[in-house]
Amino acid sequence: MSKNKCLAMILAGGQGSRLKALTKNVAKPAVPFGGKYRIIDFPLSNCANSGIDTVGVATQYRPLELHTYLGTGNAWDLDKRDGGVFILPPYAREKGADWYKGTADAIYQNLNFIDTVDPDYVLILSGDHIYTMDYAKMLAAHKERNADATIGVFEVPWDEAPRFGIMNTDTSDGRIIEFEEKPAQPKSNLASMGIYIFSRDLLDKYLKEDAEEEGSEHDFGKNIIPKMLKDNRRMYSYAFEGYWKDVGTIESLWQANMDFLEDEPPFELSSDWRIYSSNPSLPPQYIGPDAKVSRSMINEGSMILGEVEHSMLSSGVKVGKNAKVTNSVILPFAVIEDGAVVDHAIVAQHSVIKAGAKVEGKPGEILVIPEKTVVEA
Amino acid sequence: MNNMMGIIKLDSPISKMKELCESRPVASLPIAGRYRLIDFALSNMVNAGISSVGILLSDKARSIFDHLRSGKDWDLARHREGMYYMPSESSDGRAPIGNLSGLYNNLDFIEHSPADYVLLSNADTVFNIDYNPVLEYHQSTGADITLVYYKTKTERDGLASVLKVAESGLVKDVAKQPKAEAGACVGMGVYIMAKEVFINLVKTAFERGGTDFMLDGIIRRADEYTIYAYEHKGYVARVNSVGAYFTASMDVRKPEIWEELFMGENVIYTQRKDAVPVQYKATAVVKDSLIANGCEIRGTVENSILFRGVKVAEGAVIKNSIVMQHVTLGEGATIENAICDKNVVISDGKVLKGAENYPLIVSKNAKI
Repeated sequence: MSKNKCLAMILAGGQGSRLKALTKNVAKPAVPFGGKYRIIDFPLSNCANSGIDTVGVATQYRPLELHTYLGTGNAWDLDKRDGGVFILPPYAREKGADWYKGTADAIYQNLNFIDTVDPDYVLILSGDHIYTMDYAKMLAAHKERNADATIGVFEVPWDEAPRFGIMNTDTSDGRIIEFEEKPAQPKSNLASMGIYIFSRDLLDKYLKEDAEEEGSEHDFGKNIIPKMLKDNRRMYSYAFEGYWKDVGTIESLWQANMDFLEDEPPFELSSDWRIYSSNPSLPPQYIGPDAKVSRSMINEGSMILGEVEHSMLSSGVKVGKNAKVTNSVILPFAVIEDGAVVDHAIVAQHSVIKAGAKVEGKPGEILVIPEKTVVEA
Repeated sequence: MNNMMGIIKLDSPISKMKELCESRPVASLPIAGRYRLIDFALSNMVNAGISSVGILLSDKARSIFDHLRSGKDWDLARHREGMYYMPSESSDGRAPIGNLSGLYNNLDFIEHSPADYVLLSNADTVFNIDYNPVLEYHQSTGADITLVYYKTKTERDGLASVLKVAESGLVKDVAKQPKAEAGACVGMGVYIMAKEVFINLVKTAFERGGTDFMLDGIIRRADEYTIYAYEHKGYVARVNSVGAYFTASMDVRKPEIWEELFMGENVIYTQRKDAVPVQYKATAVVKDSLIANGCEIRGTVENSILFRGVKVAEGAVIKNSIVMQHVTLGEGATIENAICDKNVVISDGKVLKGAENYPLIVSKNAKI
């Protein structure tokens, strides 16, 4: 890695408890999305496409599948001689072992990794958003303003602002004046995306101070950012325009999947800004003589004999004769047998909906069938 | 693990499919929506635990290099062993006739391999086979050479090695015939033999002026060897003509053949690509077809094979056709009974039709 470069750190340790059954066995960043991707493909592909070739991934909760998936980083073209993907789980030291106690602590415990890479800037990302973003442009803005920290912000509807961490900025130059976590009376609608660029020396200093701080939650939003603002550091917002979706809940995960079924999807997954993912070796899908498929996306290895309408189907899914799948997300290798009905549901990996069975949720109440479940008629 | 090494020959005849093989050998002919023919031969070897595979190149090798690259997608980019390209030029620089000189000129690669057995295969066949029972059979019969064959269900056109096999599996006769009757035992171009037998066979046949491995190495000297035959009972399609290519393509759509070839324990590997799942838009109508990732469908597709990245506009119709990578159909365009090679663009309203038993071939990069 050459000088003046940027290291990306992805916070991928969260359980994602609001995704309930879907994260029982896997960490949230490894949850399937969009027929063939996993959530972490988005920040990883953004890194690869932005020319960031060294990425640390802090893992903690149920990491096996995530670690297996990341592998050498080859899928994202990140298996580099100088750089690559580094998996960073918590580890034991002479004085004992600690879990990552918060987002800031996950980085603090890996300061030795950052020292090894020796970057000038550190980009902090989270593993639970669907978006494409050129981090190189954000880094350029950070350098241009000679900022100490730059925070990615996204304009949310005013009525939703109380649910977010809100940045109050000087509208003339984007300098952050104040940060309010979930304000009842928001003064702005610029929400923090949880994307930060820090100049490395300052990050180092603030993380070390925070680690010593009694009562700190060791969280970027709650502790590090407010402390830096208090010290009057040069903090700037970087406005992101485009599609950005937090997929931390069942409803939002379902909705984001549906967004990609629109006639004009939110963004092209296969444009020059390609979203990479690990590709299994499966054949093209077979659509049977009596099948009906529309407003849907279906991945390789699937066999469709029945009806699929307005749904997202992952690899190796089977839909039997006269079965009907509507407004649903079907994860890899699930089987919908003959005559079964699935509507407004997320059917997780390797589940079987037996012949004639009905799995019906409704708008606002998406039904989740957990992994390897058999639903009888 | 076993102690076989593999060699794949790319010199299968193209005389009856010149339009499809203008710029590629049969081995790199796209098939089944996302594969190249060589994927079957190569994956079968890898699945049998073979970790050293030589690719005996013939002309038009560029598409093979593009496809196989380091062999990584077949797990053959290894520190030790792995995939080797075997160039077929002879030491005097003249273009060789037949495949025997290529094998002869690469004998040092075979001699240096620690494997005890050589498995030789063509790259023109659609099949998924487990070679371990074939090796066990070879060892149990004490044969010098074991050939793999299948019984044709229908009469089969094109030059074929037809075997007469005794009940014991012993091969009584083997001959090249212009066509094979229904029920005939047809060689699949797959041979297993001990390394010494292979080296000796190639040396002797080549040094006596032979050019073809099967003809000069085996058929003309069949009396000198104990040859046994192993029947492969699964699906087999040897692609040696446009007709055979069309039939094989349509066959792999059939759910039972699709499952047998692709969804069993032994995976057929191919070059990995990052294509989006297929996008079916509101106006899409798709029946009895095989669709590869990256396709975007707004029109009608019936009884067809669509390779990666085919775009079908609203009102466009594809029937009974094979449509290769990145073909675009404009609004209301129609193709029927056709094989559309890569990157063809068919503009709005244009109609292309072949006959049911004689598909129209649209060559690579054509703009219509």
